Amino acid sequence: MKNSDRFSSPLWRDRALGAAAVAEMEKLAPRAAALTGGRVNFMEVCGTHTMAIAASGMRKLFPPQLKMLSGPGCPVCVTSQGDIDRVLALAELPGVIITTFGDMLKVKGSRGLDLHAMRERGADIRVVYSPLDAVELAAAEPARQVVFIGVGFETTAPVIAGAVARAKAAGLKNFSSTAFFKLVPPALELLLSDPENRIHGFMLPGHVSAIIGLEPYRFVAEKYKVPCVVTGFEPLDILTGVNMLLRQVVSGKALVEDEYFRVVRKAGNPAAQRLMAEVFTVSAASWRAIGTVPATGLEFSAAYAGFDAVKRFKIPYRDAPEPKGCLCGGILLGKALPPDCKLFGKVCTPSNAVGPCMVSSEGACAAWFKYGA
Amino acid sequence: MAVLDKVVLAHGSGGRLSRELVEQVFLKSFSNPALAPLEDAAEVKIPGATLAFTTDSYVVTPVEFPGADIGRVAVCGTVNDLAVKGARPLALSAGFILEEGFSGALLTRIAASMRRAAEEAGVKIVTGDTKVVERGKADGVFINTSGVGLIPKGRSLSSAFVKHGDVIIVSGGLADHGVAVMNARDRLGLQGGIKSDAAPLNGLTEAVLKVPGVRAMRDITRGGLATVLNEVSGACRLTAEVEENSVPVSAATRNACALLGLDPMYVANEGKIAVFTAAAAAPAALKAMRAHRYGRGAAIVGRMVKEKKPQVRLLTSIGGSRIMLMLEGEQLPRIC
Repeated sequence: MKNSDRFSSPLWRDRALGAAAVAEMEKLAPRAAALTGGRVNFMEVCGTHTMAIAASGMRKLFPPQLKMLSGPGCPVCVTSQGDIDRVLALAELPGVIITTFGDMLKVKGSRGLDLHAMRERGADIRVVYSPLDAVELAAAEPARQVVFIGVGFETTAPVIAGAVARAKAAGLKNFSSTAFFKLVPPALELLLSDPENRIHGFMLPGHVSAIIGLEPYRFVAEKYKVPCVVTGFEPLDILTGVNMLLRQVVSGKALVEDEYFRVVRKAGNPAAQRLMAEVFTVSAASWRAIGTVPATGLEFSAAYAGFDAVKRFKIPYRDAPEPKGCLCGGILLGKALPPDCKLFGKVCTPSNAVGPCMVSSEGACAAWFKYGA
Repeated sequence: MAVLDKVVLAHGSGGRLSRELVEQVFLKSFSNPALAPLEDAAEVKIPGATLAFTTDSYVVTPVEFPGADIGRVAVCGTVNDLAVKGARPLALSAGFILEEGFSGALLTRIAASMRRAAEEAGVKIVTGDTKVVERGKADGVFINTSGVGLIPKGRSLSSAFVKHGDVIIVSGGLADHGVAVMNARDRLGLQGGIKSDAAPLNGLTEAVLKVPGVRAMRDITRGGLATVLNEVSGACRLTAEVEENSVPVSAATRNACALLGLDPMYVANEGKIAVFTAAAAAPAALKAMRAHRYGRGAAIVGRMVKEKKPQVRLLTSIGGSRIMLMLEGEQLPRIC
């Protein structure tokens, strides 16, 4: 095996290895289900997992006792309607260039407009692949204000922190960013503290742990006795991750295990953690369908407060209602599946999305629509 | 059917919305039997012969990118639309819409590239048109090419002729063109030497048509293989079943797609075709394709099967299965 094969190799999609993993799953799932009331519910917290499960057609391979629920881990989906409205308000400012990841273009605000529509009305909105491109743009266009739409979790936050730090070092006065960041471990606490919660194990996103390591999840196993497996994104990673969760359930253990050890270090990436801690500070965050919860997100630290776009342009936060009839809230909390929503596939499709879970390419509804149930 | 409100970018993506635009606006107004099949080229009958006729406009940014340029793509695209109908290209037209201030040296390079592509295809550009618009009213250069070709007697290819049990062959690695253009346009700096596959394929189609049993061929351009299969499945009312492991995609392009969150099944090509052939003829068709320089990477990727509800189904590498819809909206790079 070459070193590069460890990360991307046909072996991670190998049919024989997949069949062996499924055979083991078929043995373990009934035993686990016998201990959890007839059905085992695992949650893949992250949208990248949701998409990988759907794209590999894996749902059909799962034994009937196993149910994989999608969690609150899709950056676009968890951004509250109020924050989306703030993004659109920024786009309305004259002379401002909005730079964003492509996924954000189609999320509708409470007036039914999205960034696409704002662009048609003359707003200057540019899709970038990296926030550093936005910083370069600001350097090249000193007469314009450039705003980056910072959303996401521990995966995007360090990259945006790096871009902001670079803008500060370059003395750029015309660059700013939003900091609508959410943190994964507190999101799990939100789910677990719900008395109705029936989650028997978490499949945790490997790329988040590449940054934060394993330690921040320890409370899930110790306080709530729910098994955790940090998992990679190739099909075989996911099948292996499910089996590791099943084995924990069968043996009555709750641990934080690492399936993605070819990438994840126990302590994560200290340099990225330092950068995040320098530029951002833990704060309240407003979650779609959940509301504003203390200590579940990030905002700019005092030293970087000048780069906060919503402060610079004085855009206040206003609560805004969810789209009518939309089940995204329940889907994000693992209480409903996309086909449970009356709008799914009828009123709400990827080209005319009502809720964010259909908008985002990582959203549960988009995955179910695109790849079938 | 709904009335079109406003044109959006996704109407040009080659996917489901493009199809709806054509059906709601153009089919309604132009409706006639030659247009109705909506294939890559229309068949026009004249006494003693059947002609294939097609047109296409090219608006790619940047105009030059690794492996090709807008001129080469404009010639190859139209030649290929003729070729997949089994036609031998007779003549092409070229219309240019130029933006005031466009570089003369660049335009000269584009014209030279068009000549080389036409020479390779064995066809001449026999008529043309030029318009110049004010700065800001166009993006550098837009090119339209039309082509007319002769369908030899006895040849008749159509997606509607595809039958239960037929085999799907793809002529080589997918998604290179779309990734190469995106890499150049957005200065992504992706390594691996990914180049556009733009090529005239009339030699390849002639080679494969020597094998009896070919029922249809399709040019796999915007919307990718997934969209072509949905169109063919709709035309012949059969399910297209594709083996993910058999679909050729180079390692560099596969990794680039994984990084960007793109699905190679939906990414554009400019030098690839899908061939639908009777199962018994498939080995010979594959051999003929592989013997041609533009078909070296050809592979059997799946088959057509009769089912109550026809669909396009992907048998995934890990052993699962799922549907493959037409491209919905534009392909957007993801967040993380």
